[in-house]
Amino acid sequence: MAKKPTRRLARTVRAIASWLVGLIVFFPILWMLLTSFKTELDAFSMPPHFVFAPTLENYEQILKRANYLHYAWNSIVTAGGATILGMLVAVPAAFAFAYHPTLRTKNILLWMLSTKMLPGVGVLVPIYLICRDLNMLDSRTALIVIFALINLPIMVWMIYTYFRDIPIDILEAARMDGAGTWKTMSRVLIPISRGGLASTALLCLILSWNESFWSLNLTTSNAAPLSALVASFSSPEGLFWAKLSAVSTLACAPILVLGWLSQRQLVRGLTFGAVK
Amino acid sequence: MSTHRRKRSERLLAQPAIVMLLVWMIVPLAMTLYFSTQYFNLLYPNKSSFVGLENFAYFFTYPSFWTSVLNTILLVGSVLVITVVGGVLISVLVDDHFPGQGIVRMLLISPFFIMPTVAALVWKNLLMNPVSGFLAWLWRLFGLTPVNWFADWPLLSVIVVVAWEWLPFAILIFVTALQSMDREQKEAAQMDGARSVAIFRHLTLPHLARPIAVVVMIEAIFLLNVFAEIFVTTNGGPGDATTNVPFLVYTQALVEFDVGAASAGGLVAVVLANIMAIFLIRLIGKSLTAR
Repeated sequence: MAKKPTRRLARTVRAIASWLVGLIVFFPILWMLLTSFKTELDAFSMPPHFVFAPTLENYEQILKRANYLHYAWNSIVTAGGATILGMLVAVPAAFAFAYHPTLRTKNILLWMLSTKMLPGVGVLVPIYLICRDLNMLDSRTALIVIFALINLPIMVWMIYTYFRDIPIDILEAARMDGAGTWKTMSRVLIPISRGGLASTALLCLILSWNESFWSLNLTTSNAAPLSALVASFSSPEGLFWAKLSAVSTLACAPILVLGWLSQRQLVRGLTFGAVK
Repeated sequence: MSTHRRKRSERLLAQPAIVMLLVWMIVPLAMTLYFSTQYFNLLYPNKSSFVGLENFAYFFTYPSFWTSVLNTILLVGSVLVITVVGGVLISVLVDDHFPGQGIVRMLLISPFFIMPTVAALVWKNLLMNPVSGFLAWLWRLFGLTPVNWFADWPLLSVIVVVAWEWLPFAILIFVTALQSMDREQKEAAQMDGARSVAIFRHLTLPHLARPIAVVVMIEAIFLLNVFAEIFVTTNGGPGDATTNVPFLVYTQALVEFDVGAASAGGLVAVVLANIMAIFLIRLIGKSLTAR
């Protein structure tokens, strides 16, 4: 009899604890968002101001002076380009692996995964020199190709697991009707698995957008994406906290929203299909 | 006959992906291997010569090298422990339904989508600054002296930032895994009067064994490559206090322009990653056959 109230109390405590943990983990992002609407003076104030007159001044200055749109465009082009290139290569590969497996298919897939384990610094020098000799330092094309390559293994794996879930009878039926390889893919396979393909593309987009090793090492200004623009605030402009926050908010907001919308599907891609 | 031909031609569709990854992996790695045996400095490009294993000898006797290996191990190890333990506890905490569960989950996974340069700079300035940072205010609120995080505890500060970025990944995976757990089994155990701790130990943890192994492996791959967070906060310092292997190779290559030494260091990083990979794949294999 006495058990019910204690259980309810325990549930309430748990709910409060959950909310508290959630807010603590999220706090740095919230603080960044708040700071982006403060004046530089407010941003530094001690004790910190939780209530203040919000200003859009930082955003105006960022858009005008920091040439934000140039970097944002670079991010869109490199992340978007890498996603398109990656999908164009990964979909046919996954198709071949899923429907015409050979004895070596499993090993090839594992090998692809293992290329993901190759640390970037292991090939930093050659890639830097190759880009230099091809006149591709600070070029968006180089970033597109590299981003596509580092995400290719994940994309092939992910699409492979989606394709494998489609009953082979459906493909056979399409073939009976005389559809060729291209038609089978474009009219049957891709429409059926469009949800899975979309989340694969999204994952590639997110990872490319946030990539910060190659973008910092291979670009200076012309092709530099947002992660490099933010890095330029490390010093000496690092003193402008409100502007740093405004740039950071603009750089992260679109990806954060995409991430929220697709959290469940991302698990599958991030774990190579091991956790669904 | 035609189906056979079709099969063969459709198998070719995998070739572009295979060839691209093969080139991406083999060509630069072969070049790294070659450079590592050369004296080659980008400032004196005409003076390259074969030096055998001298670059490796240089690297292995370079005091910063062992510091960087130690820093790498400390960074990867601490972040793994923090994120796995924290991730399991938090995901179990938020597993039962409560008002606003969906929103709390969104809050919890958000840091994962923040780009590394942003995460590092927001933590370093807005939160960890010893004078005007939020944590300094919090410390003073409790009557403590604010900590000068990046000056006095540089490696710990980097660990905090990186752990914050990766905790959401662990939570995301564990929350998803818990959803596929057998609710009836858990409820039956509760009915039988099993305590929460016992349920956690004998039902939840075994269920999470495989997701934990997966999280450890995937995080390790990325954590061995932490670079941007160090680049924008400490630049490897003070001294070499926060220099990990990737950062050391970067300074050799693109600051000192010593291609030979950098390549030797890069190969060390590859070997380190491979040891880790073999070890972890075994771990995963074991947890797979154990069930």
